[in-house]
Amino acid sequence: MDEILHGTYEAARLIVTLDRDLLEIIVLSLKVTLTAVAIASLIGLPIGAWLAVNRFRFRRIVIAVLNALMGLPPVVVGLFVYMMLSRSGPFGAMGLLFTPSAMIIAQVLIITPLIASISHQTIRDLWAQYHDLLISLNATRGQRIISLLWDGRRALLTAMLAGFGRAVGEVGAIMIVGGNIEHATRVLTTAIALETGRGDFAFAMGLGMVLIAIAVLVNLAIHGLGRTERSSVW
Amino acid sequence: MPISQGISLPAGLAERAESGRAASILPLRLRGAVARARGKQLIGPIDLDITRRGLTIVMGPNGAGKTTLLRLMHGLQRLSAGEIIWNAPQSQVRDRQAFVFQSPVMMRRSVLDNVAYPLVLRGINQADARAQAAEIATEMGLGGLLDQPAPVLSGGEQQKLSLARALISAPEILFLDEPCANLDGRATREIEAILQKAQGDGTRIVMSTHNMGQARRLAQDVVFMYDGKVHECAEATGFFEDTPKTPEATGFINGDIVE
Ligand SMILES: Nc1ncnc2c1ncn2[C@@H]1O[C@H](COP(=O)(O)OP(=O)(O)OP(=O)(O)O)[C@@H](O)[C@H]1O
Ligand SMILES: [Mg+2]
Repeated sequence: MDEILHGTYEAARLIVTLDRDLLEIIVLSLKVTLTAVAIASLIGLPIGAWLAVNRFRFRRIVIAVLNALMGLPPVVVGLFVYMMLSRSGPFGAMGLLFTPSAMIIAQVLIITPLIASISHQTIRDLWAQYHDLLISLNATRGQRIISLLWDGRRALLTAMLAGFGRAVGEVGAIMIVGGNIEHATRVLTTAIALETGRGDFAFAMGLGMVLIAIAVLVNLAIHGLGRTERSSVW
Repeated sequence: MPISQGISLPAGLAERAESGRAASILPLRLRGAVARARGKQLIGPIDLDITRRGLTIVMGPNGAGKTTLLRLMHGLQRLSAGEIIWNAPQSQVRDRQAFVFQSPVMMRRSVLDNVAYPLVLRGINQADARAQAAEIATEMGLGGLLDQPAPVLSGGEQQKLSLARALISAPEILFLDEPCANLDGRATREIEAILQKAQGDGTRIVMSTHNMGQARRLAQDVVFMYDGKVHECAEATGFFEDTPKTPEATGFINGDIVE
């Protein structure tokens, strides 16, 4: 009990005084995850929109694969990226293993299917509504996709936030491909794992509080977006 | 009709419609046109001429094929057999038509941006498109709602928005599928006035309706559909005043149930 109280106090102190090590880890976490979300969105959103408005032969199979990829265990993604990037792997020469880039690659692989899948559902529903109008107005393929992405932007932002939430709290894959190297690839989740193992609960709890705060903020944002979406219907 | 005097469409709309008619896409001719879906014949074979001027009302009981006919002419429904012949190459006809759906499609944007949308698609810059949209939307009584999200409008306001969005591109021919269903008498009259004005400015109108009074007020020609076929196609005066030729049409006009 004492340990928990003391830990909480120490954690709060670390946060309030903007402890340098703590700050460094938070900044790296946000950098890696935001970059991953940006890249995954650039890939996932157009894929989702494209799947929603195009009919082609293997469409159902592609969607099924996408949904299956969403459930991929992150640890396995980590293993896969590790093998690709390790010195004997096909991309070994690039020397990316145990760098933030490797962590970004792993996170992109983990959340792209999620973002693509959610945006696919959103755009598909919107397309059902808009279909006749856009055909009637002779909108080109590109114009259709842009209009759908723009008008579905709130739901798509929700998809991106969901991707962010998943990526920022991920530990398995990041640990494998990043290596949890101090001042290099140590992020919130991996640091918590390490400090807990070491018995430095104060530092671990400080990191945990920050992580929880980030998760709560993301979920509040998702909730808020969902509410405005429904109440004003646009 | 007093209401129609209060409504004047934006300057330029009439001229644009007029200049379009230099090389009109009309007349439109259907020859043995058939629409099928999932192996089932929906309508046809249909022979029909849509002349350059006028206002044609499509009537008939539920399920007769009115919506399908309008969609077929506009190109939203695939033609399964027969021919649809415009007086212009296929590549030119789509941009010179407009369609107002029975249940209005409200894009998740402001009223202004909904109305401006067809112009934006045509590459007109946003500011000009919005200026024109504001003008036409205001003419239709949506002036106080320009910045509202379109999906929150009332049913009647949504119909007016649809009509404004259809007219902003100055179409040569305007298809409307029961544009006044669900509207009260006043809103119906307002929309009729707008349609009469547009028609006077040279827009060809083809619309379906279940409202017999509206058909009598607006129609110059009547197409009576029954069971997927055009049963009668006549001038309105002849259709309403003389007895229609087929018993189904007579029954429909008299409000009897057509079996
Ligand atoms: N995609 C489709 N697949 C199968 N059947 C269809 C399809 N579209 C229309 N139909 C059928 O075609 C017939 C004509 O439908 P349509 O909507 O054109 O009738 P309508 O005259 O507009 O009727 P209403 O007055 O109720 O609007 C109906 O029997 C309908 O069930
Ligand atoms: Mg119909």
